[in-house]
Amino acid sequence: MPSTQQVPIVDYLRIGARPYLRASECGYCGARYFDRRNACAKCGRVEFKNARVSNRGVLRSYSIVHRAAPGIPVPYVSALVETDDGTTVRSNLVDCPSDPDHVRLGMKVRLTTYVTGVDDAGTECVAFGYRPA
Amino acid sequence: MAGDSVWVLGTSMTRFGRYPDLDAVDLGARVCLEAFTDGGVTVHDMDVMAAGTLFQANTSMGQRIQKQIGQTGIPVFNVTNACATGATAIRTVYLAIKAGEASMGLAVGVEQMGKMGLLAGGSKVEANVYEPSGRFGAVTSVDGVLGTATMPGVFAQAGMAYAYENDGVGFEQFAKVAYKNHLHSTLNPLAQYQKEFSLEEVMDSPVQSYPNTLLMCCPTGDGAAAAILVSEERLRSMPKRAQKRAVRIAASVLTSDPYVESGQVQPDVNTLTRNAASQAYEKAGIGPEDLDLVELHDCFATAELIHYDNLGLCERGGAGDFIDSGAPFRDGTTPVNVSGGLISKGHPIGATGVANVFEVTTHLRGEAGDRQIKGAKVGLAHVIGLGSSCGIHILEKAAA
Repeated sequence: MPSTQQVPIVDYLRIGARPYLRASECGYCGARYFDRRNACAKCGRVEFKNARVSNRGVLRSYSIVHRAAPGIPVPYVSALVETDDGTTVRSNLVDCPSDPDHVRLGMKVRLTTYVTGVDDAGTECVAFGYRPA
Repeated sequence: MAGDSVWVLGTSMTRFGRYPDLDAVDLGARVCLEAFTDGGVTVHDMDVMAAGTLFQANTSMGQRIQKQIGQTGIPVFNVTNACATGATAIRTVYLAIKAGEASMGLAVGVEQMGKMGLLAGGSKVEANVYEPSGRFGAVTSVDGVLGTATMPGVFAQAGMAYAYENDGVGFEQFAKVAYKNHLHSTLNPLAQYQKEFSLEEVMDSPVQSYPNTLLMCCPTGDGAAAAILVSEERLRSMPKRAQKRAVRIAASVLTSDPYVESGQVQPDVNTLTRNAASQAYEKAGIGPEDLDLVELHDCFATAELIHYDNLGLCERGGAGDFIDSGAPFRDGTTPVNVSGGLISKGHPIGATGVANVFEVTTHLRGEAGDRQIKGAKVGLAHVIGLGSSCGIHILEKAAA
């Protein structure tokens, strides 16, 4: 069977055998960004390097979303995760029931990836989320 | 009394709600004319005008309103600053007077939203062929996949982050905020909704973004508010009654969000509010314990709770105890959102920051009718716009 073409949902998600998030990191103060920056918002310097964000972290905040734009499946859990190396990431909490009894603040989570769609050319879109560790 | 203060001379607001037969210009013009009457002045007394609107920001709103109230050729600043738009309009006029370029000016905020529904988060887009676009190289819409950017969700996350860091904060504390504001609104004829709901009804209403239920979210709507600001020198030349009803602006502050690590994925509504509050208290020479009433930005119940802490109304980390103790109820130690707040009074975005100055002014004048906080001498008006921008005005009753 021919291998299916895959693309990441956003460019800071690096897919492959061991998926991870890639941040642009200020060479001076270490502040991390998921988009391109002209200068560091924290210190104003202009040198950046790529950094690999830890795949493990804790759930610092969440909301269980029941009302979203038409076509978006609800409910889902929007999560703010603080990774072990101190970067805050927003994504969905997956592999966990969408109710306050199962979603616990401070729970340990880890990055996971999954296919979220296929385009007309047969290319799969790979998204990331966090699941209970 | 400081000799170079800026004062609120006149003010007005429409009831917030739905005005399908009027447009934003009608609403804005109405409150401007009413504010002139309230202040005992005319359009010919104005040296400057600032007009705030968000959704019609590129339509020369100020000039369009002038066509309805008088075209005198004065400078108009059309301003927009998300939900802090109204406060920005007031601060623009304040700065013009402080700079000595004007002695009297008009600030107006208007919005016509209708039943706009859920804000932000975009729409679901099904890509035919995945092509990276935008700053994150997204190949498809990400809301609902990489978390939420919808307003009820973003503010839910702000509240839940506070709950993670502090004890005694949960669903019930957030719900109590909405219970209180709906209760308060029953005394305010200018509120979009004036209906009491039990705490159970608040908690059992449909979840939008947990912990925010429907009754914990502000509605969209239409409305306008205006304020006439005047220099102290010019005020002293005016009739005694006008001087007596004028309210001193003890502090006018506008901040933006400084860098925080999490800010790129979750707008930080805390730091800029804390910064604005400390600047405002310093300028006014008062502390939060001196406030007789506070109108703060309760776009969602979760937001109000964390702003108790951000504005220093409670001890650090103590917002849960603060609402549980009853302190922010109208008969409590620090009445918060006695107008009903955004949750029940409504939130036509451009008007909101002027309307809360209207509310505090009305109480300080002793003219708030059934909802009057007795003997109110000092009040604070706070708004926050995501992006982010925070406006705070501390107002003080004129000395007798």
